[in-house]
Parts: sequence; structure tokens; C-alpha cells
Amino acid sequence: MTAMLEMRGVRKSFAGVQALRDVSFTVEAGQIHALVGENGAGKSTLMKVLSGVYPAGSYDGSIVFDGEERRFRDINDSEALGIIIIHQELALIPLMSIAENIFLSHPPSRFGVIDRHAVHRRTAELLAQVGLRESPDTLITDLGVGKQQLVEIAKALSKRVRLLILDEPTASLNEADSAALLERLLAFREQGIASILISHKLNEVARVADRITVLRDGRTVDSIDCRTERIEEDRIIRSMVDRDLAHRFPKRSAEIGEPVMSVENWSVYHPLHPERQVIKNVDFKLRRGEVVGIAGLMGAGRTEFAMSLFGRAWGTNVSGKVRLEGHEADLSSVPAAIAAGLAYVTEDRKQLGLILAADVRKNVTVASLRKVSERGVIDDVVELRAASDYRTRMRIRCSDVYQATGDLSGGNQQKVVLSKWLMTDPKVLLLDEPTRGIDVGAKYEIYSIINELAEAGRGVVVISSEMPELLGICDRICVMNDGAFVGEFDKDDATQEKIMRAIMRNVRMSGSRADDGVARAGGEAR
Amino acid sequence: MTDKTVSLPESPRHSGFIKNNLRNYGMLLSLLAIMLFFEIVTDGTLLQPLNLTNLVLQNSYIVIMALGMLLVIVTGHIDLSVGSVAGFVGAVAAVLMVRYHVGYPIAFIACLLLGGAIGAAQGYWVAYFKIPSFIVTLAGMLVFKGLALAVLQGQSLGPFPSTFQKLSSGFIPELFPSAGTLYPTSLLIGVVLAFVLVLASAKSRAREQAHGIEVEPYAFFIVKSVALAGAVLYFTYLIASHRGLPNVLVIMTALIALYGFVTRRTVVGRHIYAVGGNAKAAKLSGVKTERLTFLTFVNMGVLAALAGLVFAARLNTATPKAGLGFELDVIAACFIGGASAYGGVGRVGGAVVGAMIMGVMNNGMSILGIGIDYQQVIKGLVLLGAVCIDVYNQRR
Repeated sequence: MTAMLEMRGVRKSFAGVQALRDVSFTVEAGQIHALVGENGAGKSTLMKVLSGVYPAGSYDGSIVFDGEERRFRDINDSEALGIIIIHQELALIPLMSIAENIFLSHPPSRFGVIDRHAVHRRTAELLAQVGLRESPDTLITDLGVGKQQLVEIAKALSKRVRLLILDEPTASLNEADSAALLERLLAFREQGIASILISHKLNEVARVADRITVLRDGRTVDSIDCRTERIEEDRIIRSMVDRDLAHRFPKRSAEIGEPVMSVENWSVYHPLHPERQVIKNVDFKLRRGEVVGIAGLMGAGRTEFAMSLFGRAWGTNVSGKVRLEGHEADLSSVPAAIAAGLAYVTEDRKQLGLILAADVRKNVTVASLRKVSERGVIDDVVELRAASDYRTRMRIRCSDVYQATGDLSGGNQQKVVLSKWLMTDPKVLLLDEPTRGIDVGAKYEIYSIINELAEAGRGVVVISSEMPELLGICDRICVMNDGAFVGEFDKDDATQEKIMRAIMRNVRMSGSRADDGVARAGGEAR
Repeated sequence: MTDKTVSLPESPRHSGFIKNNLRNYGMLLSLLAIMLFFEIVTDGTLLQPLNLTNLVLQNSYIVIMALGMLLVIVTGHIDLSVGSVAGFVGAVAAVLMVRYHVGYPIAFIACLLLGGAIGAAQGYWVAYFKIPSFIVTLAGMLVFKGLALAVLQGQSLGPFPSTFQKLSSGFIPELFPSAGTLYPTSLLIGVVLAFVLVLASAKSRAREQAHGIEVEPYAFFIVKSVALAGAVLYFTYLIASHRGLPNVLVIMTALIALYGFVTRRTVVGRHIYAVGGNAKAAKLSGVKTERLTFLTFVNMGVLAALAGLVFAARLNTATPKAGLGFELDVIAACFIGGASAYGGVGRVGGAVVGAMIMGVMNNGMSILGIGIDYQQVIKGLVLLGAVCIDVYNQRR
């Protein structure tokens, strides 16, 4: 095969900071090339250089595409050659239909009047190609993230894509949707469409990539040809972080004490469809010093379960009992839940977790201002002390506590969110996808923090779609499906396969079970 | 060689400090520049004691409403009804006091309660029913404009009892009579105020320093304090050489101090900014977002009522046209003062400076004899320019 794209000696700096120092990068026709590296390693910068977001002249080095040196002035120049980039934050307009979104920039038209029939027909063809069974008239807002991702790919296909760049396409997808997406990439490879896949998930990289290139600190540090070499995750991780992560998960000696939280007969209905029961009379127990994982597919009800516990922040017609340290707890509102000793770290840091424009200090103290104030007046010295304290303890990397949280990296933002909840001194922490979109090094730090929390005698619930993570940090893993717990495994007993089997068996079952409200299959999988 | 290495890291930090603070004081400097400009082109008329007193009286109701509007804007909303509400409350005040001869204190309190009730009625839809505030208050603007007409039956109503007029046209009583052209009580209050301000900022600086918090350079602090004290003293000197401190100025200063404190130093203030910055995140952090939004509208209603009373007292009559277009000046004052239309950002000091910029321009252009037509054009361009500069600064 011949090189379709060759980037040679690319250097790029921002205001004195060298983001890329001498990167070389080659993609062959019909190749899936994975690009991995920690956040800030330069992956996104490299892709922006390639797609013309940073125009020729603003960087050093050369881009050769189809054997010719190219100087892209903007993204239109690269798209004209079939280089299409799909960003992590999808660029779809929610209240427009699939068809309108796909043909947003160049709709088939005659004298400026859009040919609706042609748009509809061609959209249907493209959707068939990406394997999305939806009407072209469906609004984007009615689709899940997985399907939206496919719409983006269909949009790329409409532009006659030759090199598809995907920036963390599966970050917010569950396993099934991720697998479907990766299948698409493999199918495109057969048609000669090359892909660059940026991902933190090494298992999926290993599954589909023909070549894996590792970036670190703006340099290419390793490149593995998957057809001739064996893929070793440890080797990749080592190159990414330049430190031996023989243990991807920190060791912990669990000291599990008496029960700290017990949930009985918890039932929640959907806020928009009040007849739909989303959490089906579940029981749940958590002990002091214990880390319990909740596994399940997206839409299984895990987030809904956690948020409904946290002061009924989700759902209507919530019923059931919660005991915290043996006493029945009032969880009727978020302030009540916080007062009772519950904390919820959201899966959506930017939308629900942080005030991005506000500084680190204000974000850390917002949930416990009472602790730094007297009669409603904030003592700014005490507040600053508290914030600086958490900055040191959690190793939040920021210039000072007056830095806006929006300027921090994902890992450091997550540490700010965790600090906020630690400051409320909770008995139980509900962590929803605590390491989503965070690089390997920061993940390790978050795991260490989780360990410290458990060692301090708090109960921790971790919701995660990454099974190795659950297996690595939890003492016990509960499997949720369709609003009920369908399996439970002890740390020593749990394997990825067993969990997946528990999920899949019940996915099939839930079809026939239909309206069986009391679906408690907790014991059977054990 | 060693000297160089020691002094080098120092200088960029200082210039960095000044640069950061220039942004905070940018609008204040603009106000000073605008005042200087009009002082020169009006041959010193602008800062004549009589004119300065008038300037305060003319703008008091805008400043009062800007305090409430700032909170509304910070929570991410807008209130278009304030002008109509002010006019309506003025009309009700006239009906109560002139037609039914209700006593001034009772009527005054009843009007403030009415304002609060109006704010509650509007805030309820915004906070709990999630109807966009733009629509709710647009409706309110029409409703209360109409009600003002109805209450007054389309006619002006006045005059008010003289005690009520004192609200706007009165001055604080003089404790040391016959002191020539100067009013010593007002001057004394000014001196005390300047002293207290400087002392307070020195104390807070010392406290921060004692706790190892980075503070502004000493020289900068001295310059700032001298400038602040100087400005307060000069201003009170001018005011004292006319008829002393107007009652309205006392009310206004107290309100500015109160709202400045609430926004910067209290839990409620911090929560308001949190709601504007990210309502969902604030709610999940235990902030009662709906109730806070509701309360900012109630507060706005009370302040609009107060402004309506001040305006009615100043005109000494309630007219159906009172309050017309006030909302535009009030909103403009907040945005000129650096509030963000997206919520979460804005300072009380900024809104006050913004209101004063609008006031000085109105006054200055009137002295120059510029027609009302071009005054509006110029004010509009200043609003756009101020916000553009702000956006540009934030992008950098």
C-alpha cells in the first residue's frame, strides 16, 4: 500500500509553548490508524493542523496528501480533498432533522431552492450505508448519542470522505454502540476509506487499528504495526505516560465495616412519561469503606438510580426507603440529601458539575458555603484557605485557585468536582462515570482518591461503562439492566465475561418480561 | 548580573497586576474620561455644585433600578417591565396620597409592597414555570403601562404632600446652622465616609497579608486609597457648597453599599452568581435555584417601586407617561457596566458606573444643546461600543 497522507516534521507552538515538536505521521490508503496519548499530548493539535483549522504558515513541517504537498488555508480546503474531521463535541443542530443536518452546507438545489426529494433520497442512502435505521425526517434531538455519531459519519460520507478523523468517538457510547461504530470503520476500510481514530480506550484501539501511533509531549514516541507486531497494552500505556504502570489500578486494602446506606424498594418513574417505571423497586446495600460498582448498558437506569437517590434530582413519583447509618434519611430535595450525607458526582462535568466561568475556589465551596460563612456572610480568608487546602490535597494543577475551571484539563476539572463534594463531608459518594474523558495518568489519580475515600470509612458507588475499571477498583459489582439489579459479583469472583453475560441474558429476557414490575433477579446470577 | 536576575521576575508581575486591574477599573476610567471631556467642552458647567446635585437627582431612579436589574441579569434573566412598574406605582402613590389622602408613610410602604407583589407575580412564572423572562416581563410591561393609564384615567395627578416631595427634592437637615456657603454636616459625612472607606480597605489588605494571601503592591494601594478618598472628598465638597446632601443620594449610597456587600460577601450573593453561571450545576450543588430566581424578581419589583416613588416625588405629579423607556436606560447601565447577557457575570460597582456614564452623557449633551434625537444615537453607540470593548477584552 502507498501512503495516502504523510505529515513530516510538524512543529507548532502557542505563545511560546511547544505543542508539537517534530511529529511525523503516515496514513496509508484504507488503513485505520489509531492515535493515542494523554490529554495535552498534542493529538487534537495535530488533527487541527491536518484539517486546516491552523492554516499553512502557522506551523512548520509539511503535509503530503496523494503525493502532493498541500497548504490548507482553512477547513474547506481539506474537506475538498475528502479529509473530514468529526469532533468530540458533535456539531449537529438538535432541532433539525437528520436530512437537514447532513445537507446543511451543500443541499442539492436548483436555483437556490432546496430539492427536498433529492435530500430525502440521498439521506436514506447514506443512512443505509452507516447502518442507521431511522427516518431522514427524525429530529436529531430524538436520537441517542450513538445514533448522532452515525449521523455525523453519514454527513462525512456525503462529502465523499477519503480520510475520516474521529476524535474520541466512543467516549460517550456504551459497549454495544461502540462496537457498532467500530464495525463501520472496518466496513469503510474495505471500501478504501482510511480513518484516524483518536481514543483513550485501548481495548477498542487494539481491536480495529492497523497501526497505532503514540504521542507524548508533542512527539511521536512509538508506532506499532498491528499486522506484524503483537499489541501489548502495557507497552502502549508505558509509552503514553513514560512511567511503568504495571498496576493500572492502585492497590488498596479494603476494610469493610457496618452498613452505611441501605435502599429498600426504590421506585422511580420517568419525568416526561409518568407511566413508565424506570427504576423497578430495587434494593441496594453499601457498607463503610466499600467501593461498589454498578455495571450496565447505557439506558439501564444507573444514572437515573443515582440521581433519584440524590434528592430526587431525576424522575417523578419516587418512592422507597433509604437508611443512612441505620436511620431513615430525608432525601426529598438536593439540599436535604447533601445534609443527610450524600454526594453525587455527575457524569456530565461541564453541563452539570461545574460553573466553568467561575474560579476553582468558588466551585469548590459552592455546596458548603455554610462552612466558610457566618450568619450568611462569607469569610473570604477561611474560604480561600479551604479551597487552597483541597487544591493541595487533590493535586489540582492550576495556576492558583482564582483560575477559571473552564481552563483546566478534564482530569483537573474532575478533581475540582470531587473537592466540592468532599468538602460537604459525605457518608456516601455516588460517582457517575468518574473517569470519562480523562487521560490515563489522571485516571490513576482519581482511582487513588477513590481508595482514600473508602479508607476514610466512606461508602463509594461507582457507575462506569468501562468494565476493566470496575473490576480494578470495586469490592463488589452490581449489574443493572432495565431498571433492576440482575446480578452481583464479588471482586474475586467477577470477570468481564460474567458481567457481560449477566447483562446480555437479561437484555434478551426483558423483551418477554414486558410489564413485570417487580423484576428482582438479584440472587440468580450469583 | 545578580541584580538582573533578581529584578527581572519582579517587573512583569507588577505590570501584570496593573494590566489585570486595568480591566476592572476600565469602566471607571471611561467615566472619568467622559466627565473630563464634558467638563472641558461645557466650560466647567458639568461639575458646578448646582449641576452636580441635579445630576444626582436626575439619575437616582436609574441607579436604584440598576441594582435590582444587575441581580436579574446575573441570574441570566431580564426585566423589561421596570419602567412600567415604576410608572404604575407612582400612579398608585398619587391616587392614595392625593385622591384618598392616605398618610405618606403608609402609602410609601404600601407602594413598596405593591412593587414586591408585582415582582413576585412575574417571578413566579419565570422561576417555577420556566417561561422566558423576556416574554413574561414584556407582558408585564404592557399590563402595567395600561394599568397606570387606567388608574390615572389618562390624566396627571398632583401635587403631592410636601413631606413626600422631600424624598426627592429634600436635603439632609443641617446640624450646624449658618456656616456660610458650605454645609458642614454634609462635609463631615463625606470626610467620615472617606476615612471609613480607606480604613476598611487597609484593614482587609492587612488581614489578607497576615494570612499569606497575595495582595496588591503597596504603592498601588496608596495611590488607590488617595484617589478614592480624594474623589469622595471633592465630590462632597462640591455637593456641600450647593445645598448639602440630597436625601435621595443618602438612600442611593446606602443601597449601593448594601447590594455591593450582598453580591460580594454573602452566601445569597454567591448563590445568585452560581445560578447565572450554570443553573443545573448550581441546583445539583444544593442551591435553591427557583427560589433565588423568584426572589431576584421580587427584589427588582421593590426597587422599581422605590424608583417610581422617587420619580413621582421629583416631578411632584404622577403622569401616565412616567417611567416610559426607563427599562432601556437601566438595562444599558448594567451592560455598559460589564454584566454578561449570558448571566453569571456582573458587578454592582459596574452597574452604578454604567448608570453614571449614561447620566453624565445625558446631562452633558443637554448642556451642550444637542437635541434629544442625536442624544439617543450617541447613547446607543456608546452602549454598543462599551460591550464590544468588553467582549474584545475577554477574548484576549
